[in-house]
Amino acid sequence: MLTGRAFKFGDNISTDHIIPGRLAHLRSNLPELAKHVMEDADPTFASRVKAGDFIVAGNNFGLGSSREHAPLVIKMAGVRAILAKSVARIFFRNAINLGLPVLICNTALIDDGDELEVDLAAGTVKDATNGNQLTFSKIPEVMLRILDEGGLIPYIKKYGDFKV
Amino acid sequence: MGKTLAEKILSQKSGSEARAGDIVIAKVDLVFAQDTTGPLTVRQFQTSGFERLANPPKTALFLDHAAPSPNYGLSNDHKLLRQFARQTGCLIYDVGNGICHQIVAESLAKPGDVIIGADSHTVTAGGLGAFATGMGSTDTAIALGLGKTWFQVPKSIMIVVSGNFPEGVGAKDLILHLIGQIGADGATYQALEFSGDTVDNMTMSPRLTIANMAVEAGAKAGLFAADKTTQDYLASLGRGNHYQSLFPDTDAIYEQTINIDVANLEPTVSQPHTVDNIALARELKGAKIQQVFIGTCTNGRLEDLAVAANILKGKKCHPETRLIVAPASRQIMLAAIKAGYIQTLIEAGAVVLPPGCGPCIGLHQGVLGDGESCLSTANRNFKGRMGNPNAFIYLGSPATAAATAITGEITDPREVM
Ligand code: SF4
Repeated sequence: MLTGRAFKFGDNISTDHIIPGRLAHLRSNLPELAKHVMEDADPTFASRVKAGDFIVAGNNFGLGSSREHAPLVIKMAGVRAILAKSVARIFFRNAINLGLPVLICNTALIDDGDELEVDLAAGTVKDATNGNQLTFSKIPEVMLRILDEGGLIPYIKKYGDFKV
Repeated sequence: MGKTLAEKILSQKSGSEARAGDIVIAKVDLVFAQDTTGPLTVRQFQTSGFERLANPPKTALFLDHAAPSPNYGLSNDHKLLRQFARQTGCLIYDVGNGICHQIVAESLAKPGDVIIGADSHTVTAGGLGAFATGMGSTDTAIALGLGKTWFQVPKSIMIVVSGNFPEGVGAKDLILHLIGQIGADGATYQALEFSGDTVDNMTMSPRLTIANMAVEAGAKAGLFAADKTTQDYLASLGRGNHYQSLFPDTDAIYEQTINIDVANLEPTVSQPHTVDNIALARELKGAKIQQVFIGTCTNGRLEDLAVAANILKGKKCHPETRLIVAPASRQIMLAAIKAGYIQTLIEAGAVVLPPGCGPCIGLHQGVLGDGESCLSTANRNFKGRMGNPNAFIYLGSPATAAATAITGEITDPREVM
Protein backbone atom coordinates (compact mmCIF):
# COMPACT_ATOMS: atom_id res chain seq x y z
CA MET A 1 0.00 0.00 0.00
CA LEU A 2 1.39 3.39 -1.04
CA THR A 3 0.25 6.50 0.80
CA GLY A 4 0.93 10.12 -0.01
CA ARG A 5 -0.45 13.46 -1.07
CA ALA A 6 -1.96 14.36 -4.45
CA PHE A 7 -0.45 17.12 -6.58
CA LYS A 8 -3.11 17.90 -9.13
CA PHE A 9 -2.45 19.01 -12.72
CA GLY A 10 -4.74 19.58 -15.72
CA ASP A 11 -4.87 18.09 -19.22
CA ASN A 12 -2.05 18.00 -21.79
CA ILE A 13 0.93 18.40 -19.46
CA SER A 14 3.76 17.97 -21.97
CA THR A 15 7.31 16.79 -21.44
CA ASP A 16 8.26 20.44 -22.03
CA HIS A 17 6.21 21.39 -18.94
CA ILE A 18 7.86 18.57 -17.00
CA ILE A 19 11.44 19.31 -17.99
CA PRO A 20 11.93 21.78 -20.86
CA GLY A 21 14.39 21.51 -23.73
CA ARG A 22 16.17 24.69 -22.67
CA LEU A 23 17.68 22.68 -19.77
CA ALA A 24 19.23 20.08 -22.06
CA HIS A 25 22.71 21.17 -20.96
CA LEU A 26 21.87 19.73 -17.50
CA ARG A 27 20.84 16.30 -18.78
CA SER A 28 24.19 14.81 -17.85
CA ASN A 29 23.90 16.42 -14.39
CA LEU A 30 20.72 14.76 -13.14
CA PRO A 31 20.66 16.13 -9.56
CA GLU A 32 20.74 19.69 -10.98
CA LEU A 33 18.20 18.85 -13.69
CA ALA A 34 15.83 17.33 -11.13
CA LYS A 35 15.57 20.64 -9.25
CA HIS A 36 13.49 21.90 -12.20
CA VAL A 37 10.89 19.11 -12.21
CA MET A 38 7.45 20.31 -13.45
CA GLU A 39 8.80 23.87 -13.55
CA ASP A 40 6.70 25.14 -16.45
CA ALA A 41 3.50 23.60 -15.06
CA ASP A 42 3.98 24.64 -11.40
CA PRO A 43 7.21 26.40 -10.38
CA THR A 44 6.53 25.62 -6.69
CA PHE A 45 6.20 21.86 -7.21
CA ALA A 46 9.87 20.98 -6.77
CA SER A 47 10.07 22.67 -3.36
CA ARG A 48 6.76 21.23 -2.08
CA VAL A 49 6.82 17.61 -3.25
CA LYS A 50 7.85 14.95 -0.73
CA ALA A 51 8.95 11.36 -1.16
CA GLY A 52 5.84 9.20 -1.51
CA ASP A 53 3.59 11.86 -3.07
CA PHE A 54 1.58 11.35 -6.26
CA ILE A 55 1.16 13.35 -9.45
CA VAL A 56 -2.52 13.38 -10.38
CA ALA A 57 -3.27 14.62 -13.90
CA GLY A 58 -6.03 14.86 -16.47
CA ASN A 59 -5.89 13.65 -20.07
CA ASN A 60 -2.81 12.98 -22.21
CA PHE A 61 -0.17 13.43 -19.51
CA GLY A 62 3.40 13.42 -20.85
CA LEU A 63 2.65 14.21 -24.48
CA GLY A 64 5.42 15.47 -26.72
CA SER A 65 9.10 14.68 -26.69
CA SER A 66 10.48 11.19 -26.08
CA ARG A 67 12.87 12.53 -23.43
CA GLU A 68 13.05 9.94 -20.69
CA HIS A 69 14.39 12.68 -18.44
CA ALA A 70 10.73 13.62 -17.88
CA PRO A 71 9.70 10.50 -15.91
CA LEU A 72 13.24 10.30 -14.54
CA VAL A 73 13.11 13.68 -12.75
CA ILE A 74 9.60 12.88 -11.51
CA LYS A 75 10.92 9.66 -10.03
CA MET A 76 13.94 11.45 -8.57
CA ALA A 77 11.58 13.91 -6.85
CA GLY A 78 10.23 10.94 -4.88
CA VAL A 79 6.89 10.68 -6.68
CA ARG A 80 5.67 7.12 -6.11
CA ALA A 81 3.16 6.90 -8.95
CA ILE A 82 1.42 9.00 -11.60
CA LEU A 83 -2.37 8.88 -11.78
CA ALA A 84 -4.00 10.25 -14.93
CA LYS A 85 -7.15 9.97 -17.02
CA SER A 86 -4.91 9.10 -19.96
CA VAL A 87 -1.23 9.21 -20.74
CA ALA A 88 0.82 9.69 -23.92
CA ARG A 89 2.33 6.52 -25.34
CA ILE A 90 6.08 7.19 -25.20
CA PHE A 91 5.88 8.67 -21.71
CA PHE A 92 3.92 5.62 -20.52
CA ARG A 93 6.59 3.19 -21.71
CA ASN A 94 9.40 5.37 -20.38
CA ALA A 95 7.87 5.60 -16.90
CA ILE A 96 7.32 1.83 -16.68
CA ASN A 97 10.86 1.23 -17.96
CA LEU A 98 12.11 3.27 -15.01
CA GLY A 99 9.90 1.38 -12.56
CA LEU A 100 7.53 4.33 -12.05
CA PRO A 101 3.88 3.15 -12.05
CA VAL A 102 1.38 5.03 -14.21
CA LEU A 103 -2.22 4.38 -13.21
CA ILE A 104 -5.11 5.23 -15.50
CA CYS A 105 -8.22 6.16 -13.54
CA ASN A 106 -10.88 8.85 -13.23
CA THR A 107 -8.77 11.51 -11.55
CA ALA A 108 -11.68 13.99 -11.59
CA LEU A 109 -12.65 12.39 -8.28
CA ILE A 110 -9.39 13.47 -6.61
CA ASP A 111 -8.65 17.01 -5.41
CA ASP A 112 -5.34 18.76 -5.02
CA GLY A 113 -3.75 18.00 -1.66
CA ASP A 114 -5.89 14.93 -0.91
CA GLU A 115 -4.32 12.02 0.94
CA LEU A 116 -4.32 8.90 -1.26
CA GLU A 117 -3.91 5.20 -0.55
CA VAL A 118 -2.84 3.25 -3.63
CA ASP A 119 -2.99 -0.53 -3.69
CA LEU A 120 -1.04 -1.61 -6.79
CA ALA A 121 -1.86 -5.28 -6.46
CA ALA A 122 -5.59 -4.74 -5.99
CA GLY A 123 -5.71 -1.99 -8.63
CA THR A 124 -7.42 0.53 -6.38
CA VAL A 125 -6.95 4.08 -5.19
CA LYS A 126 -8.69 5.38 -2.10
CA ASP A 127 -8.97 9.12 -1.60
CA ALA A 128 -8.83 9.25 2.21
CA THR A 129 -9.75 12.96 2.21
CA ASN A 130 -13.06 12.75 0.33
CA GLY A 131 -13.71 9.02 0.67
CA ASN A 132 -13.82 8.28 -3.09
CA GLN A 133 -12.76 4.82 -4.19
CA LEU A 134 -11.30 4.37 -7.71
CA THR A 135 -10.08 1.44 -9.72
CA PHE A 136 -7.41 1.77 -12.38
CA SER A 137 -7.22 -0.01 -15.73
CA LYS A 138 -5.03 -3.03 -16.24
CA ILE A 139 -1.76 -2.51 -18.06
CA PRO A 140 -0.34 -5.05 -20.56
CA GLU A 141 1.25 -8.12 -18.98
CA VAL A 142 4.69 -7.38 -20.41
CA MET A 143 4.68 -3.95 -18.73
CA LEU A 144 3.53 -5.43 -15.44
CA ARG A 145 6.49 -7.79 -15.48
CA ILE A 146 8.89 -4.94 -16.25
CA LEU A 147 7.36 -2.98 -13.38
CA ASP A 148 7.65 -6.01 -11.09
CA GLU A 149 11.38 -6.17 -11.74
CA GLY A 150 11.74 -2.45 -10.98
CA GLY A 151 12.24 -1.40 -14.59
CA LEU A 152 13.46 -2.57 -17.98
CA ILE A 153 17.16 -2.78 -17.16
CA PRO A 154 16.75 -5.10 -14.15
CA TYR A 155 14.22 -7.07 -16.23
CA ILE A 156 16.67 -7.56 -19.12
CA LYS A 157 19.50 -8.34 -16.70
CA LYS A 158 17.35 -11.07 -15.17
CA TYR A 159 15.84 -12.62 -18.32
CA GLY A 160 18.43 -11.58 -20.95
CA ASP A 161 15.61 -10.99 -23.44
CA PHE A 162 11.97 -9.99 -23.74
CA LYS A 163 9.50 -12.55 -22.49
CA VAL A 164 6.05 -12.02 -23.91
CA MET B 1 -8.70 -11.04 -43.14
CA GLY B 2 -6.38 -8.41 -44.62
CA LYS B 3 -3.75 -6.35 -42.91
CA THR B 4 -3.06 -2.68 -42.39
CA LEU B 5 0.41 -1.34 -43.15
CA ALA B 6 1.33 -1.55 -39.46
CA GLU B 7 0.14 -5.17 -39.24
CA LYS B 8 1.98 -6.11 -42.43
CA ILE B 9 5.31 -4.67 -41.38
CA LEU B 10 5.14 -5.96 -37.82
CA SER B 11 4.09 -9.42 -39.05
CA GLN B 12 7.10 -9.57 -41.31
CA LYS B 13 9.57 -8.34 -38.70
CA SER B 14 8.21 -10.47 -35.87
CA GLY B 15 7.75 -13.62 -37.96
CA SER B 16 4.22 -13.97 -36.63
CA GLU B 17 0.65 -13.05 -37.50
CA ALA B 18 0.61 -9.59 -35.98
CA ARG B 19 -2.89 -8.25 -35.43
CA ALA B 20 -3.96 -5.02 -33.75
CA GLY B 21 -3.74 -5.49 -29.99
CA ASP B 22 -1.16 -8.30 -30.11
CA ILE B 23 2.15 -7.95 -28.33
CA VAL B 24 5.03 -8.89 -30.63
CA ILE B 25 8.79 -8.86 -30.55
CA ALA B 26 10.12 -7.38 -33.77
CA LYS B 27 13.56 -7.15 -35.29
CA VAL B 28 14.62 -3.52 -35.74
CA ASP B 29 16.28 -2.38 -38.96
CA LEU B 30 17.60 0.90 -37.58
CA VAL B 31 18.06 2.28 -34.07
CA PHE B 32 19.12 5.86 -33.48
CA ALA B 33 19.46 8.59 -30.89
CA GLN B 34 20.31 12.28 -31.02
CA ASP B 35 22.41 14.58 -28.89
CA THR B 36 19.82 15.35 -26.19
CA THR B 37 18.60 11.77 -25.72
CA GLY B 38 21.77 9.93 -26.78
CA PRO B 39 23.87 10.44 -23.65
CA LEU B 40 21.23 8.80 -21.41
CA THR B 41 20.82 6.07 -24.04
CA VAL B 42 24.56 5.37 -23.92
CA ARG B 43 24.54 5.29 -20.11
CA GLN B 44 21.53 2.94 -20.01
CA PHE B 45 23.24 0.72 -22.60
CA GLN B 46 26.32 0.54 -20.39
CA THR B 47 24.29 0.01 -17.19
CA SER B 48 22.50 -2.89 -18.87
CA GLY B 49 25.85 -4.64 -19.19
CA PHE B 50 25.94 -4.82 -22.99
CA GLU B 51 29.41 -4.97 -24.46
CA ARG B 52 28.60 -4.49 -28.10
CA LEU B 53 25.87 -3.24 -30.39
CA ALA B 54 23.64 -5.83 -32.02
CA ASN B 55 24.21 -4.16 -35.38
CA PRO B 56 26.71 -1.27 -35.60
CA PRO B 57 26.05 -0.29 -39.26
CA LYS B 58 22.33 -0.08 -38.43
CA THR B 59 22.86 2.13 -35.40
CA ALA B 60 23.19 5.89 -35.79
CA LEU B 61 23.90 8.89 -33.60
CA PHE B 62 23.08 12.45 -34.65
CA LEU B 63 24.47 15.72 -33.34
CA ASP B 64 21.65 17.98 -34.47
CA HIS B 65 19.73 19.54 -31.59
CA ALA B 66 22.61 21.65 -30.33
CA ALA B 67 24.64 22.03 -33.49
CA PRO B 68 27.13 23.58 -33.06
CA SER B 69 27.01 23.30 -29.27
CA PRO B 70 26.13 26.50 -27.37
CA ASN B 71 27.71 25.53 -24.02
CA TYR B 72 30.13 23.12 -22.42
CA GLY B 73 27.46 20.87 -20.90
CA LEU B 74 26.23 19.99 -24.38
CA SER B 75 29.77 19.95 -25.81
CA ASN B 76 30.63 17.24 -23.29
CA ASP B 77 27.55 15.28 -24.36
CA HIS B 78 28.76 15.53 -27.96
CA LYS B 79 32.17 14.25 -26.88
CA LEU B 80 30.54 11.29 -25.15
CA LEU B 81 28.58 10.37 -28.29
CA ARG B 82 31.61 10.69 -30.57
CA GLN B 83 33.58 8.46 -28.26
CA PHE B 84 30.77 5.88 -28.14
CA ALA B 85 30.65 5.84 -31.94
CA ARG B 86 34.40 5.26 -32.15
CA GLN B 87 34.22 2.45 -29.60
CA THR B 88 31.22 0.65 -31.07
CA GLY B 89 31.60 1.34 -34.77
CA CYS B 90 28.12 2.81 -35.19
CA LEU B 91 27.31 5.61 -37.64
CA ILE B 92 27.65 9.15 -36.41
CA TYR B 93 26.39 12.27 -38.18
CA ASP B 94 28.29 15.14 -36.64
CA VAL B 95 27.34 18.82 -36.38
CA GLY B 96 26.33 20.32 -39.73
CA ASN B 97 24.88 17.19 -41.33
CA GLY B 98 21.35 18.10 -40.33
CA ILE B 99 18.34 16.81 -38.43
CA CYS B 100 18.20 13.09 -37.64
CA HIS B 101 14.78 12.50 -39.22
CA GLN B 102 15.75 14.16 -42.48
CA ILE B 103 18.97 12.15 -42.74
CA VAL B 104 17.10 8.94 -41.87
CA ALA B 105 14.70 9.67 -44.75
CA GLU B 106 17.47 10.62 -47.18
CA SER B 107 20.02 7.96 -46.36
CA LEU B 108 18.81 5.16 -44.11
CA ALA B 109 15.10 4.30 -44.12
CA LYS B 110 13.47 1.92 -46.54
CA PRO B 111 9.90 0.70 -47.04
CA GLY B 112 8.95 -2.13 -44.69
CA ASP B 113 11.61 -1.27 -42.10
CA VAL B 114 11.02 -1.16 -38.37
CA ILE B 115 12.84 1.90 -37.07
CA ILE B 116 13.08 3.12 -33.52
CA GLY B 117 14.63 6.38 -32.47
CA ALA B 118 15.11 8.17 -29.18
CA ASP B 119 13.10 11.08 -30.51
CA SER B 120 9.35 11.37 -30.84
CA HIS B 121 9.45 12.55 -34.45
CA THR B 122 10.98 9.26 -35.57
CA VAL B 123 7.51 8.77 -37.09
CA THR B 124 8.72 10.92 -40.01
CA ALA B 125 10.11 7.86 -41.84
CA GLY B 126 6.53 6.58 -42.10
CA GLY B 127 6.41 8.79 -45.19
CA LEU B 128 8.55 6.15 -46.90
CA GLY B 129 6.48 3.23 -45.63
CA ALA B 130 8.65 2.36 -42.63
CA PHE B 131 7.10 1.50 -39.28
CA ALA B 132 9.06 4.14 -37.41
CA THR B 133 8.36 5.22 -33.86
CA GLY B 134 9.91 7.21 -31.04
CA MET B 135 10.96 5.66 -27.77
CA GLY B 136 12.80 6.73 -24.66
CA SER B 137 16.45 6.19 -23.90
CA THR B 138 16.06 2.90 -22.00
CA ASP B 139 13.95 1.22 -24.71
CA THR B 140 16.43 2.50 -27.29
CA ALA B 141 19.41 1.25 -25.27
CA ILE B 142 17.94 -2.24 -25.01
CA ALA B 143 17.24 -2.26 -28.75
CA LEU B 144 20.86 -1.25 -29.37
CA GLY B 145 21.96 -4.31 -27.46
CA LEU B 146 19.35 -6.85 -28.55
CA GLY B 147 18.53 -5.66 -32.08
CA LYS B 148 14.83 -6.00 -31.32
CA THR B 149 12.07 -4.60 -29.16
CA TRP B 150 8.49 -5.33 -28.15
CA PHE B 151 5.44 -3.62 -29.60
CA GLN B 152 1.76 -3.67 -29.05
CA VAL B 153 0.50 -3.81 -32.64
CA PRO B 154 -1.52 -0.60 -33.05
CA LYS B 155 -5.03 -0.26 -34.36
CA SER B 156 -5.07 1.98 -37.40
CA ILE B 157 -7.09 4.99 -38.44
CA MET B 158 -7.39 5.49 -42.21
CA ILE B 159 -7.23 9.09 -43.41
CA VAL B 160 -8.52 9.33 -46.98
CA VAL B 161 -7.40 12.58 -48.57
CA SER B 162 -8.95 13.73 -51.83
CA GLY B 163 -9.11 16.81 -54.02
CA ASN B 164 -6.61 19.45 -55.11
CA PHE B 165 -5.02 21.90 -52.70
CA PRO B 166 -6.10 25.49 -53.35
CA GLU B 167 -3.24 27.92 -53.97
CA GLY B 168 -1.36 28.82 -50.79
CA VAL B 169 -2.58 25.67 -49.00
CA GLY B 170 -0.53 22.49 -48.53
CA ALA B 171 0.42 19.46 -46.48
CA LYS B 172 1.08 21.44 -43.29
CA ASP B 173 -2.40 22.95 -43.37
CA LEU B 174 -3.84 19.49 -43.91
CA ILE B 175 -2.09 17.90 -40.93
CA LEU B 176 -2.83 20.87 -38.63
CA HIS B 177 -6.48 20.66 -39.70
CA LEU B 178 -6.57 16.92 -38.98
CA ILE B 179 -4.99 17.32 -35.53
CA GLY B 180 -7.45 20.11 -34.78
CA GLN B 181 -10.24 17.75 -35.73
CA ILE B 182 -9.19 14.65 -33.77
CA GLY B 183 -7.26 16.37 -30.94
CA ALA B 184 -3.78 16.02 -29.46
CA ASP B 185 -4.70 12.56 -28.15
CA GLY B 186 -7.03 11.59 -31.00
CA ALA B 187 -4.77 8.77 -32.20
CA THR B 188 -3.02 7.73 -28.98
CA TYR B 189 -1.67 4.14 -29.22
CA GLN B 190 -2.88 3.94 -32.83
CA ALA B 191 -1.33 4.30 -36.26
CA LEU B 192 -2.50 6.85 -38.79
CA GLU B 193 -2.50 5.59 -42.36
CA PHE B 194 -2.87 8.06 -45.23
CA SER B 195 -4.37 7.30 -48.64
CA GLY B 196 -6.51 8.84 -51.37
CA ASP B 197 -5.85 10.55 -54.68
CA THR B 198 -4.24 13.61 -53.06
CA VAL B 199 -1.73 11.36 -51.31
CA ASP B 200 -1.12 9.37 -54.51
CA ASN B 201 -0.17 12.60 -56.25
CA MET B 202 2.04 13.91 -53.45
CA THR B 203 5.83 14.05 -53.63
CA MET B 204 7.88 12.70 -50.72
CA SER B 205 8.43 16.05 -49.02
CA PRO B 206 4.78 16.68 -48.02
CA ARG B 207 4.41 13.01 -47.06
CA LEU B 208 7.27 13.45 -44.61
CA THR B 209 5.66 16.63 -43.24
CA ILE B 210 2.43 14.77 -42.57
CA ALA B 211 4.05 11.63 -41.13
CA ASN B 212 6.23 13.83 -38.90
CA MET B 213 3.22 15.33 -37.17
CA ALA B 214 1.32 12.06 -36.63
CA VAL B 215 2.78 12.00 -33.12
CA GLU B 216 1.12 15.35 -32.37
CA ALA B 217 -2.17 13.43 -32.41
CA GLY B 218 -0.54 10.87 -30.11
CA ALA B 219 -0.02 8.31 -32.89
CA LYS B 220 2.57 5.57 -32.71
CA ALA B 221 3.21 5.80 -36.45
CA GLY B 222 2.07 7.82 -39.46
CA LEU B 223 2.19 5.55 -42.47
CA PHE B 224 2.12 5.92 -46.24
CA ALA B 225 2.12 3.08 -48.76
CA ALA B 226 5.39 2.67 -50.67
CA ASP B 227 4.55 3.44 -54.30
CA LYS B 228 6.07 4.90 -57.44
CA THR B 229 6.76 8.19 -55.64
CA THR B 230 8.72 6.32 -52.97
CA GLN B 231 10.59 4.44 -55.64
CA ASP B 232 11.47 7.66 -57.51
CA TYR B 233 12.51 9.37 -54.28
CA LEU B 234 14.89 6.55 -53.34
CA ALA B 235 16.23 6.39 -56.90
CA SER B 236 16.90 10.15 -56.88
CA LEU B 237 19.10 9.58 -53.83
CA GLY B 238 20.94 6.67 -55.44
CA ARG B 239 19.07 4.17 -53.24
CA GLY B 240 16.71 2.71 -55.80
CA ASN B 241 17.72 -0.82 -54.79
CA HIS B 242 16.17 -0.20 -51.34
CA TYR B 243 12.69 0.04 -52.77
CA GLN B 244 9.99 -2.54 -52.22
CA SER B 245 6.36 -1.80 -52.92
CA LEU B 246 4.15 -1.91 -49.87
CA PHE B 247 0.39 -1.46 -49.72
CA PRO B 248 -2.25 -2.32 -47.15
CA ASP B 249 -4.69 -5.10 -48.04
CA THR B 250 -8.00 -3.88 -49.41
CA ASP B 251 -9.88 -5.82 -46.73
CA ALA B 252 -7.74 -4.58 -43.83
CA ILE B 253 -9.63 -3.48 -40.74
CA TYR B 254 -9.47 0.12 -39.59
CA GLU B 255 -10.67 1.52 -36.31
CA GLN B 256 -12.22 4.41 -38.21
CA THR B 257 -11.95 6.19 -41.55
CA ILE B 258 -11.75 9.96 -41.82
CA ASN B 259 -12.30 11.66 -45.19
CA ILE B 260 -10.78 15.04 -45.92
CA ASP B 261 -11.34 17.02 -49.09
CA VAL B 262 -8.41 19.41 -49.30
CA ALA B 263 -10.22 21.69 -51.76
CA ASN B 264 -12.07 23.02 -48.70
CA LEU B 265 -8.96 23.78 -46.64
CA GLU B 266 -7.53 27.21 -45.93
CA PRO B 267 -4.16 28.24 -44.48
CA THR B 268 -4.28 26.92 -40.92
CA VAL B 269 -2.39 27.86 -37.77
CA SER B 270 -2.00 26.26 -34.32
CA GLN B 271 -2.27 28.80 -31.53
CA PRO B 272 -0.43 28.69 -28.20
CA HIS B 273 0.01 26.38 -26.31
CA THR B 274 -1.29 23.17 -27.92
CA VAL B 275 -1.05 21.89 -31.48
CA ASP B 276 -4.75 21.06 -31.65
CA ASN B 277 -5.75 24.66 -30.84
CA ILE B 278 -6.19 25.58 -34.49
CA ALA B 279 -7.59 28.60 -36.29
CA LEU B 280 -7.49 29.86 -39.86
CA ALA B 281 -4.61 32.22 -40.60
CA ARG B 282 -7.04 34.91 -41.74
CA GLU B 283 -8.89 34.73 -38.41
CA LEU B 284 -5.67 35.67 -36.59
CA LYS B 285 -4.98 38.77 -38.65
CA GLY B 286 -3.47 41.47 -36.47
CA ALA B 287 -1.58 39.10 -34.14
CA LYS B 288 1.92 40.62 -34.04
CA ILE B 289 4.86 38.29 -34.59
CA GLN B 290 8.41 39.15 -33.56
CA GLN B 291 10.11 36.04 -34.94
CA VAL B 292 9.40 33.78 -37.88
CA PHE B 293 11.20 30.45 -38.06
CA ILE B 294 11.29 28.34 -41.21
CA GLY B 295 12.93 24.95 -40.80
CA THR B 296 12.76 21.75 -38.65
CA CYS B 297 12.08 18.12 -39.46
CA THR B 298 8.52 19.19 -40.34
CA ASN B 299 9.18 21.92 -42.90
CA GLY B 300 12.90 22.43 -43.49
CA ARG B 301 13.05 20.67 -46.85
CA LEU B 302 13.88 22.07 -50.28
CA GLU B 303 10.22 22.41 -51.35
CA ASP B 304 9.53 24.35 -48.16
CA LEU B 305 12.41 26.75 -48.76
CA ALA B 306 11.24 27.14 -52.36
CA VAL B 307 7.74 28.17 -51.23
CA ALA B 308 9.20 30.71 -48.80
CA ALA B 309 11.71 32.07 -51.32
CA ASN B 310 9.02 32.51 -53.98
CA ILE B 311 6.89 34.57 -51.61
CA LEU B 312 9.81 36.60 -50.26
CA LYS B 313 11.49 37.26 -53.61
CA GLY B 314 12.07 40.98 -54.04
CA LYS B 315 10.37 41.68 -50.69
CA LYS B 316 11.70 42.58 -47.26
CA CYS B 317 10.88 41.25 -43.81
CA HIS B 318 8.88 43.61 -41.62
CA PRO B 319 11.27 45.82 -39.60
CA GLU B 320 9.95 44.46 -36.29
CA THR B 321 10.06 40.82 -37.35
CA ARG B 322 13.18 38.71 -37.61
CA LEU B 323 13.25 35.73 -39.95
CA ILE B 324 15.33 32.67 -39.11
CA VAL B 325 15.82 29.87 -41.63
CA ALA B 326 17.47 26.50 -40.94
CA PRO B 327 17.62 23.90 -43.74
CA ALA B 328 16.95 20.40 -42.44
CA SER B 329 20.09 18.84 -43.90
CA ARG B 330 23.37 19.62 -45.62
CA GLN B 331 22.01 18.19 -48.87
CA ILE B 332 19.05 20.56 -48.67
CA MET B 333 21.30 23.51 -47.82
CA LEU B 334 23.45 22.83 -50.87
CA ALA B 335 20.47 22.38 -53.17
CA ALA B 336 18.87 25.58 -51.82
CA ILE B 337 22.08 27.50 -52.47
CA LYS B 338 22.23 26.14 -55.98
CA ALA B 339 18.59 27.05 -56.66
CA GLY B 340 19.15 30.60 -55.38
CA TYR B 341 16.67 30.25 -52.48
CA ILE B 342 19.25 31.02 -49.83
CA GLN B 343 20.30 34.22 -51.58
CA THR B 344 16.66 35.29 -51.97
CA LEU B 345 15.94 34.63 -48.31
CA ILE B 346 19.05 36.48 -47.10
CA GLU B 347 18.24 39.43 -49.36
CA ALA B 348 14.78 39.55 -47.80
CA GLY B 349 16.44 39.83 -44.38
CA ALA B 350 16.65 36.22 -43.19
CA VAL B 351 19.31 34.86 -40.86
CA VAL B 352 20.33 31.47 -42.24
CA LEU B 353 21.49 28.90 -39.68
CA PRO B 354 23.50 25.74 -40.24
CA PRO B 355 21.51 22.56 -40.99
CA GLY B 356 19.99 21.25 -37.74
CA CYS B 357 17.11 21.80 -35.35
CA GLY B 358 17.90 25.50 -34.92
CA PRO B 359 15.71 27.24 -32.32
CA CYS B 360 13.03 24.49 -32.32
CA ILE B 361 13.57 23.31 -28.73
CA GLY B 362 14.84 26.52 -27.23
CA LEU B 363 18.47 25.58 -26.74
CA HIS B 364 20.05 28.29 -28.86
CA GLN B 365 19.88 30.31 -32.07
CA GLY B 366 16.59 32.16 -31.56
CA VAL B 367 15.31 31.92 -27.98
CA LEU B 368 12.24 34.12 -27.54
CA GLY B 369 11.98 37.07 -25.14
CA ASP B 370 9.22 37.53 -22.54
CA GLY B 371 5.88 38.17 -24.18
CA GLU B 372 7.24 37.62 -27.69
CA SER B 373 5.45 35.57 -30.31
CA CYS B 374 6.92 33.31 -32.95
CA LEU B 375 5.32 31.87 -36.06
CA SER B 376 7.20 28.65 -36.67
CA THR B 377 6.97 25.90 -39.28
CA ALA B 378 7.79 23.35 -36.54
CA ASN B 379 5.49 20.72 -35.10
CA ARG B 380 5.11 21.77 -31.46
CA ASN B 381 4.07 24.92 -29.64
CA PHE B 382 4.02 23.84 -26.01
CA LYS B 383 4.62 26.46 -23.37
CA GLY B 384 8.37 26.92 -22.96
CA ARG B 385 9.19 24.97 -26.11
CA MET B 386 11.35 27.68 -27.66
CA GLY B 387 13.27 28.41 -24.49
CA ASN B 388 10.94 30.79 -22.66
CA PRO B 389 7.72 29.84 -20.84
CA ASN B 390 6.60 33.47 -21.12
CA ALA B 391 6.58 33.42 -24.92
CA PHE B 392 3.97 32.32 -27.47
CA ILE B 393 4.37 29.96 -30.42
CA TYR B 394 2.10 29.67 -33.45
CA LEU B 395 2.60 26.90 -36.01
CA GLY B 396 1.96 27.26 -39.70
CA SER B 397 3.10 26.37 -43.20
CA PRO B 398 6.18 27.78 -44.93
CA ALA B 399 3.84 29.94 -47.03
CA THR B 400 2.10 31.37 -43.96
CA ALA B 401 5.50 31.89 -42.31
CA ALA B 402 6.88 33.80 -45.30
CA ALA B 403 3.76 35.97 -45.58
CA THR B 404 3.92 36.68 -41.84
CA ALA B 405 7.58 37.70 -42.08
CA ILE B 406 6.61 40.36 -44.63
CA THR B 407 3.70 41.89 -42.74
CA GLY B 408 4.89 41.34 -39.14
CA GLU B 409 1.53 39.82 -38.18
CA ILE B 410 -0.09 36.47 -38.85
CA THR B 411 -1.05 36.60 -42.50
CA ASP B 412 -2.92 34.35 -44.88
CA PRO B 413 -0.33 33.77 -47.63
CA ARG B 414 -2.92 34.35 -50.35
CA GLU B 415 -2.86 38.04 -49.36
CA VAL B 416 0.74 38.47 -50.48
CA MET B 417 0.97 35.93 -53.30
S1 SF4 C 1 13.63 19.96 -35.59
FE1 SF4 C 1 12.55 20.20 -33.66
S2 SF4 C 1 11.03 18.60 -33.62
FE2 SF4 C 1 12.51 18.07 -35.23
S3 SF4 C 1 13.99 16.73 -34.23
FE3 SF4 C 1 14.77 18.81 -34.08
S4 SF4 C 1 14.03 19.58 -32.09
FE4 SF4 C 1 12.84 17.75 -32.61
